[in-house]
Amino acid sequence: MTETKFVDIDFSRIETDRMRLNVGPQHPSTHGVLRLEVELDGEVVTNVIPHIGYLHRCFEKIAENMNYQQVIPYVDRMDYISSMNNELPYVMAVEKLMGIKVPEKVEYIRVIMAELNRIANHQIAIATFGLDAGAFTPFLYLFRDREYILWIFEKATGGRLLFNYFWVGGLANDVYPTFKEDVLNIVKQVRKTNKDIEELLIYNKIFIDRTANVGVLPADVAINYGCSGPMLRGSGIPFDLRKAEPYSIYDRFDFEIPVGKGEVGTVGDCWDRNIVRFREMEQSCRIIEQAIEQMPDSGDVQSAIPKKVRPPKGEIYFRCENPKGELGFYIISDGKDKPYRVKGRAPSFVNLSVLPEISRGYLFADLIVILGSIDIVLGEIDR
Amino acid sequence: METFNVFERLLGENILSAAISVLLPLVFLIIYALIAILGELKISAWIQERLGPMRTGPYGILQPLAEVIKLIQKEDIVPAGANKLLFNLAPYVIFAGSFAGFAVIPFTAAFVPAEINIGLFYIFAIGAFAVIGIVMGGWASNNKYSLLGAMRSASQMISYEIPGALVILSAAVLANSLDMQKITLLQAGGFWNWFLFGGPGSWSKIWIVPFTILLSIIYLIASLAETNRTPFDIPEGESELVAGYHTEYSGMKFAMFFFAEYSNMFIVAAILTVVFLGGWTSPFGDFMSGFWWGVFWFIFKAMFIVFVQIWLRWTLPRVRVDQLMYLGWKVLLPFALVCFMMISLYRIIY
Repeated sequence: MTETKFVDIDFSRIETDRMRLNVGPQHPSTHGVLRLEVELDGEVVTNVIPHIGYLHRCFEKIAENMNYQQVIPYVDRMDYISSMNNELPYVMAVEKLMGIKVPEKVEYIRVIMAELNRIANHQIAIATFGLDAGAFTPFLYLFRDREYILWIFEKATGGRLLFNYFWVGGLANDVYPTFKEDVLNIVKQVRKTNKDIEELLIYNKIFIDRTANVGVLPADVAINYGCSGPMLRGSGIPFDLRKAEPYSIYDRFDFEIPVGKGEVGTVGDCWDRNIVRFREMEQSCRIIEQAIEQMPDSGDVQSAIPKKVRPPKGEIYFRCENPKGELGFYIISDGKDKPYRVKGRAPSFVNLSVLPEISRGYLFADLIVILGSIDIVLGEIDR
Repeated sequence: METFNVFERLLGENILSAAISVLLPLVFLIIYALIAILGELKISAWIQERLGPMRTGPYGILQPLAEVIKLIQKEDIVPAGANKLLFNLAPYVIFAGSFAGFAVIPFTAAFVPAEINIGLFYIFAIGAFAVIGIVMGGWASNNKYSLLGAMRSASQMISYEIPGALVILSAAVLANSLDMQKITLLQAGGFWNWFLFGGPGSWSKIWIVPFTILLSIIYLIASLAETNRTPFDIPEGESELVAGYHTEYSGMKFAMFFFAEYSNMFIVAAILTVVFLGGWTSPFGDFMSGFWWGVFWFIFKAMFIVFVQIWLRWTLPRVRVDQLMYLGWKVLLPFALVCFMMISLYRIIY
């Protein structure tokens, strides 16, 4: 030990204390019961550790003790704001395992329902994203429109959020007589509101300032982390399962894949991810219009439903383009009426994993915006 | 000295007239706050195509009263580890800061609670008081969100106060006075005499009109930051900081913060009214002018500015803390400086 009388203070070496802030699970902007452990240097985020599991409901274990049909309501509860899109890969996986070919009308109704639910999901995503940036009014405009979509679901299926509508081999019931007109009215309403939202939120100067060049996710990082859906397309990669490996009847429709181009900032920033969702709503509208036109009026939606769902021994991984990304189900069948194993590949879970990577170095206010741009649902992450 | 205060003239300069002069603004403030809360609820509902509160009284007009009763009934919680003295004091410091501003507001030709010839300076100085309360409350809460909110507030204050002060300074140069009553009287005779349109004077004033209009816009922006409202509600940004510096407050203490916010909204609206919109003078010269018309015009103009604040709040997203700094220092300040120099030049020439 040496004694020093005169101390030269090297100011660059003085380290100030970093603050550990616990964001959530009860916080207005964590979109559910997500807990983020945030390390702050002043207001600059130096590290983020997401803690999940507050909504864990043992989906995968329960599924092993249920019939194949009985799993469907649990699938609904994974991503509870786009349940139709959750049911689709599950029932299609089981159908493929059993070699069932569903009637044309069922395919069309499934696609229309899934696309309507995609619009509803993106409405919530954009609404809450605006809310995270402090804009309250677009939130209510979008929620008002989503309500109209939920009315259609309610009329057709009896449920507003959790439908149990797609069954293995068919549908729970046929759609009601005025279904087509209702859907076309919704498409009109969605386009009308989207024009308002475009002015009020998307191209608002303050909103652009808040979201452009924030949380930039480069394409290579997005691929390395396995991001999918608008997260991946926001980074400029036109990968959409509906186009890449068309399932159901998606190959019959003419639609585009919107990608982030860095119009107001860098490619892969929060604004890009948001605009991808915004434009996908328009593409979904186009798909719905075409599907309504092509949809056969007659047909029994329950004709292909098997008496007993007992797939032969085997395994399958089937994936679909969920509004949040690639939702896949890996099902192992041992020949009994209960699945041996069901594994869900949840897009929110994978997309959330990139959060620490893209939020370091931004301000705390940006972290909330970045989290909002990922569009997570905790029901799916924790399952 | 001739007094403007009607009560002093009637009752003489005694304790009674002083008490009336103090209580009248307080009564006004309470009534105004109730109306403004209802206005906020109903205007936001109108903007968002909702109905707003409808159950309490006809069309929900008793909703603010119900809210006040609810807040009074709530348990008053002091979090463990909080600095009790500062925690309890902070809401009242904030409220005192904004209520003290009412002392120099000229409600009409014959009523100013306190006449001081540096009213404009006083109101600006006392308005900065609120930040002390916010920092006190934020620090004493022993909550990290509150602390962040308080720190943001302190930095926000520096950014908006300077352009705001330059605007006030320009107005003082134009009026040659800091007395709010004198500034108002200068603008009497019609809306073309308002400082918004260059103030009284010959046609030569035409070339400062762009600058005075710009100044009023700068002050409107700065005042939004002063009242902590969207797009500058950074210290209490709900989606980030839960409720910012008043996260830990409940019951009446929370109500005091709320009350102070609405009081502040009126204060800045009053400054804007007095400095740029002719205060209590009628926009049509002698038409519709008089004691009560003065009260009407003043409150009408101020409430219009309050309406604009509410309107903006429900339309715009929130800016980020560094963007507010940018706006304050790199946009508002240079513009205010240029306007100030042009107006000084005008005063020198004419």
